[in-house]
Amino acid sequence: MNMSLVYAVLWGLLATVAMTAVLRASQGFGWSRLSLPLLVGTFFTGQRDRAVVWGYLIYVIGGWLFAFLYFLLFDSIGLYTWWFGALAGLVHGLFLLVCALPLLPFVHPRMASEYHGVTAQRQLEPPGFMAVNYGYGTPLTTLAAQTLYGAVLGAFVQLAN
Amino acid sequence: MRGGSFSLRPRDPFFTTTRRYVDRTAVLETDFTTESGSVRLLDLMPIDDGGRTLRPMREVLRAVEGMAGTVEIEVRLDLRPDYARRRVRPRRRGRLGWTYAWGDEVLVVHTDMALRLEGDALVGTVTLGAGERRYLSLAYTKSDPAVLPPLGKQAEERIADTIHWWREWAGHCRYAGPYREAVVRSAVTLKLLTYALSGAIVAAPTTSLPEAIGKGRNWDYRYCWLRDAGLTTQALLATGYREEALSFLGWMLHATRLSWPELQVMYDVFGRTRLAESELVHLAGYAGSRPVRIGNDAYRQRQLDIYGEVVIAACAALAGNGRLDTESARMLAGLGDVVCRQWRESDSSIWEVRGPLRHYTFSKVMCWAALDGLLRLHDDGALTLSPTKVEAFGRERAAIEQAIERRGFNAAIGSYASVLDGDKVDASLLLMACIGYKDASDPRMRATYDRIHRRLGRNGLLYRYERFDGIDGIEGAFGICGFWAIDNLAKRGELAAAEGRFQHMLAYANDLGLYGEEIDIASGAALGNFPQAFTHVGLINAAVAIERARA
Repeated sequence: MNMSLVYAVLWGLLATVAMTAVLRASQGFGWSRLSLPLLVGTFFTGQRDRAVVWGYLIYVIGGWLFAFLYFLLFDSIGLYTWWFGALAGLVHGLFLLVCALPLLPFVHPRMASEYHGVTAQRQLEPPGFMAVNYGYGTPLTTLAAQTLYGAVLGAFVQLAN
Repeated sequence: MRGGSFSLRPRDPFFTTTRRYVDRTAVLETDFTTESGSVRLLDLMPIDDGGRTLRPMREVLRAVEGMAGTVEIEVRLDLRPDYARRRVRPRRRGRLGWTYAWGDEVLVVHTDMALRLEGDALVGTVTLGAGERRYLSLAYTKSDPAVLPPLGKQAEERIADTIHWWREWAGHCRYAGPYREAVVRSAVTLKLLTYALSGAIVAAPTTSLPEAIGKGRNWDYRYCWLRDAGLTTQALLATGYREEALSFLGWMLHATRLSWPELQVMYDVFGRTRLAESELVHLAGYAGSRPVRIGNDAYRQRQLDIYGEVVIAACAALAGNGRLDTESARMLAGLGDVVCRQWRESDSSIWEVRGPLRHYTFSKVMCWAALDGLLRLHDDGALTLSPTKVEAFGRERAAIEQAIERRGFNAAIGSYASVLDGDKVDASLLLMACIGYKDASDPRMRATYDRIHRRLGRNGLLYRYERFDGIDGIEGAFGICGFWAIDNLAKRGELAAAEGRFQHMLAYANDLGLYGEEIDIASGAALGNFPQAFTHVGLINAAVAIERARA
């Protein structure tokens, strides 16, 4: 693979911005109530205003760092195309919806669960399977965002090669 | 079809209730008494803590406690969002309670009472003995994952925090006269009618509560009328709520930028200008009063009085407090230009009379007040007008005054008239003394006061006008007009008469001290949307006027 680290950093950031924009637009247009920055931020603080700001920051840095895993994946298989990136993003999105988000109530310090109810500490609504508790449009918008993320990264390596 | 409901009451239908606000708060306390015992219900919207913790976007919290004996309580929640145009069934969420979700909105019902589904409604019963407490929380969230408010100790903390917040807020009320309780209740009500995110104050939180039962006088009042601006700002400032007054003024100057230099009669709390009226034909209406309307076509009307209202609000807020910023000064001066161009034109008046436009005397008075206020702001150094503008505003102010005194005053009836060259009166003419156009003791003003009472007075109350406005049904007396009359009496120095009249008006408040827009002459019942900001503004200003007359 032939690409400079600086450009990889830039495209990792671009892909994260595109993914965040899709997720935020989904909230704005009323298709989903999923807010990953809020879920991430409340891991660290119970203050809503701080949680949102910190959540966005951590989420963007996380997305940007994740790009390097994608680059490693492209390199390991030797496929440098936008569609493979999109496919990787889709699988990543499915994993997020089916495994990661439903696990949150067991690891998130401020998330309630249908087993243990609400406590002074745990008040956030859990996402449920495929995060449909946040609206039936959530699986689609999440998959769209993750697919776009992978496609942008794949397009970059395709162009770079 | 009927709208939604959320009831909590004893199962025994032969219960009695008494209710009150917890002193100096917006927390409602209701006692239910049955043959077997009594319970007390607290209803509140917990105060937001400004993002310091995870709280739901909006919450209604209800706490019910057994006081004596045992009482079986029944709960019924029948949610019908979007004016009952959507059918939403609740979903059981294990120990998290029940959720109603539609679009990107979710309402969580969290309670320590067992609820079950009956049709689309959630119902439940519980028997409470003395000292037993149960909680019901309705938490609404839009666009974000919901926050589920805990019950028990944490609910008690929210109740205590809310009571403490309101008491501290009410403690800032500067009015110290004998009607403090009524004034504080009015101030709390104005605060409840304020949209926290913008400072805008809505006329009332309801739509289509009828001004005449069973007739068509049903309007949507969930908007901000500039008509109310001047008097509302004066009321807030006079009671020491400067921050609220400045927020309201700031919202007004910001919202009106969309239509500047011309002003629209009303805006919504976000400052939006298109408020098209439509009818919800599927709803039965309050006591069969149809149509149920949303939106209000009054926004299309021309009302020249609003220019004076905005300038009066600015004058009151700025009195002795330095200069306006350049943008606000430019905006206010622009209003003066519009007044100079338009005061000779006809309008729909403060009463939003639908039908042909007329030359209303009070509209001319408020045009005069706009120019007079701007010239005073210039003299005080709050804004700088060019010499050309000073000359033009002064000239037009004199011309307006001449028109009012020559054509607005009808010598044949010995009174100012509702319209130029007219022979009927309307109660807005009482405001000529309240806003300082005319001294309340002036012979013309006294004669107008007397004429208004002869033509519009009933049982110590006042109708707003004597003209038939073409809409079916006879409306009630207008609450705020009675308070304007008291203001006139106080400004004349007739303290005993003013106080007697004030106490008479207090008798028409409901058991919680709240007023609607109108009062039914025969029964004394409130009519129209409820509670009504304008009436409470009138109460505060009248109480303050009495206090100033006493000083």
